[in-house]
Amino acid sequence: MHTFIYNGSFEGWLTAVFEIYEYNINEEVVIVKDAIYQPSLLTQEHIVTPDDTKAKRVWNGLKQKLSPRALETLYHSFLSEDKGIENQMLQYARLVFSNKLTIEHNFSNSAILKITQTAQKVRRERHRMTAFVRFQLTSDGLYYALVEPDFNVLPLIIKHFKDRYADQRWLIYDNYRKYGIYYNLQTVEIVEIAFTESNASSGAILYDEKEALYQQLWQQYFSSVNIKARKNTKLHIQHMPVRYWKYLTEKRDFM
Amino acid sequence: MWERITEKLSILADAAKYDVSCASSGSNRKNSNKGLGNTGNGICHAYTEDGRCVSLLKILLTNHCIYDCAYCVSRKSNDVKRAAFTVQEVVDLTINFYRRNYIEGLFLSSGIFSNADYTMERLVLVAKKLRTEHRFNGYIHLKTIPGASNDLLEQAALYADRLSVNVEMPTEQSLKLLAPDKKRQDMLNPMTYLKNSIQARHEERKTSKKVPVYAPAGQSTQMVIGATPETDLQILLMSHFFYQKMQMRRVYYSGYVPVSNDNRLPSIGTPVPLLRENRLYQADWLLRFYGFTVNEIVSPHQPLLDADIDPKLAWALRNLHLFPVDVNKADLFLLKRVPGIGIQSANKIYAARKYALLNEQHLVKIGIAYNKAKYFITHGVNNNNYKELTAMQIKDRLVNQAVSKYKPNFSPQMKLF
Repeated sequence: MHTFIYNGSFEGWLTAVFEIYEYNINEEVVIVKDAIYQPSLLTQEHIVTPDDTKAKRVWNGLKQKLSPRALETLYHSFLSEDKGIENQMLQYARLVFSNKLTIEHNFSNSAILKITQTAQKVRRERHRMTAFVRFQLTSDGLYYALVEPDFNVLPLIIKHFKDRYADQRWLIYDNYRKYGIYYNLQTVEIVEIAFTESNASSGAILYDEKEALYQQLWQQYFSSVNIKARKNTKLHIQHMPVRYWKYLTEKRDFM
Repeated sequence: MWERITEKLSILADAAKYDVSCASSGSNRKNSNKGLGNTGNGICHAYTEDGRCVSLLKILLTNHCIYDCAYCVSRKSNDVKRAAFTVQEVVDLTINFYRRNYIEGLFLSSGIFSNADYTMERLVLVAKKLRTEHRFNGYIHLKTIPGASNDLLEQAALYADRLSVNVEMPTEQSLKLLAPDKKRQDMLNPMTYLKNSIQARHEERKTSKKVPVYAPAGQSTQMVIGATPETDLQILLMSHFFYQKMQMRRVYYSGYVPVSNDNRLPSIGTPVPLLRENRLYQADWLLRFYGFTVNEIVSPHQPLLDADIDPKLAWALRNLHLFPVDVNKADLFLLKRVPGIGIQSANKIYAARKYALLNEQHLVKIGIAYNKAKYFITHGVNNNNYKELTAMQIKDRLVNQAVSKYKPNFSPQMKLF
């Protein structure tokens, strides 16, 4: 058995796939993130150093046989960070390379269906993040928001927010993965400053003088549009799971 | 001053909430001027405790109204607090909510004060300010006020993404009974006018992109359900008319929420007909996406939708001679008609079966409601074991296995509390 240990980046995973083919390994292989790898005597270890050229070759190889949509699907499933998804993806890639025609719609194959459904899950989270981000305006004109998405979807929402809020500086910080995306009116950059709730509550962040007011107006609006005669808590929770409430202006007081 | 705004917001949001439309999709306005906002597939930013999507800031400009429609909470004779926003207040609320990612845009409606044109002018002014002064590209839904001049409709269509007039009641008689001051024709006129000009602009835009966008998300309308005695057949035929003849993008059904002690209406405390509303939406989807016609769903012999099963299943049970269908062979049109198989699953099956014959396991994993579909399909060599069952037997089995939140409503016994 062989274990390929990589750094958790998509480039690293592509490099691992390249090396598995390079060494022509046909026995059992697993790809595993270095952060969760536990050494074992029963396996032969390979440390993968991410390599741009190798990664590109695998990516281009996949590109030749997959539609843009399917390529995207593969990448999205990677962002799920699900345990073992690297190996499902490897199976998927192997199917791609060993078939003449595209296999992306062969949903009776379990690896293909798994990748498709995992990507779907990630896209649902991406959509939720476009909905559930709540910006707060600071006194120096920055709109900032904290989130804790189930999957690593910030890279997928950059374009959405950049297109939409082109004329305001904003920062969306993933408080779970400890990084954020920041738009400076020109471009979006990845930032890793510590920007957490604790410095928000300790007064390290100064808000715009009208911020509290608009939050209150929004809460008022949210409660006014509810029709009591139609109460349906199950549906409410289904659409707005409680785990998101923490950062939702209109729901955080109900926690 | 801020307390006054908060109070106004609560009054005018409360009065607007019976308009069920909250769609923010169907438009495609790009943020090309480095301004604020864009539109796309629509996003629900929140959900109320009754489970409805909150996508737009949905408010009335004012709830002062010269009309006295019995079903409406803002009717002249109703003793409620009245309020009115200024144009600037609505603009500020919209922009500030939008910048914080609370909403996709604005849905602005209004009670009629002084006359139709005066009211419509104010609505248009809000939209114009947002688009021109604030370079706002988010979604704007304006209510068309019946009786407003064509000139104002033109302007509204230039600034708004969607326009709507609510027909309120499914038939003219009901409207006459409950809203004696309103005429159905007054509602149909602006609809027709806008339908024609939207079509004309659409044609023009094909030849020149310089023609400005014109109500890109089209029109919608709404009917109140359960306040008057119409059958589902009458309601669905009306929807059919709106979809076919008026090119409506959506027809909404609003289960009547009792707001009045008027003896022409269900009394206060009567439950909202949620189940019926749900069945109507299911039927509406069948009409729009599944290729069904109205008379396949309801007919003069059976003018009401089944309460205990959905309309697609009901149709299949009436047409058992078409089943079972072979999922590995049937064309897409028929696949979509199988109870338990939706559009997405049908497409997946259609794509996947080119690689291999699909069996039960595959179908379950693809995500069809197998326990429902199994009575209507065959796959591979495994033949359908349920062929001998009658429609009644299948229905019994399905109803008994289902757990529906509406179940208490199926009981024929009247509940007192």
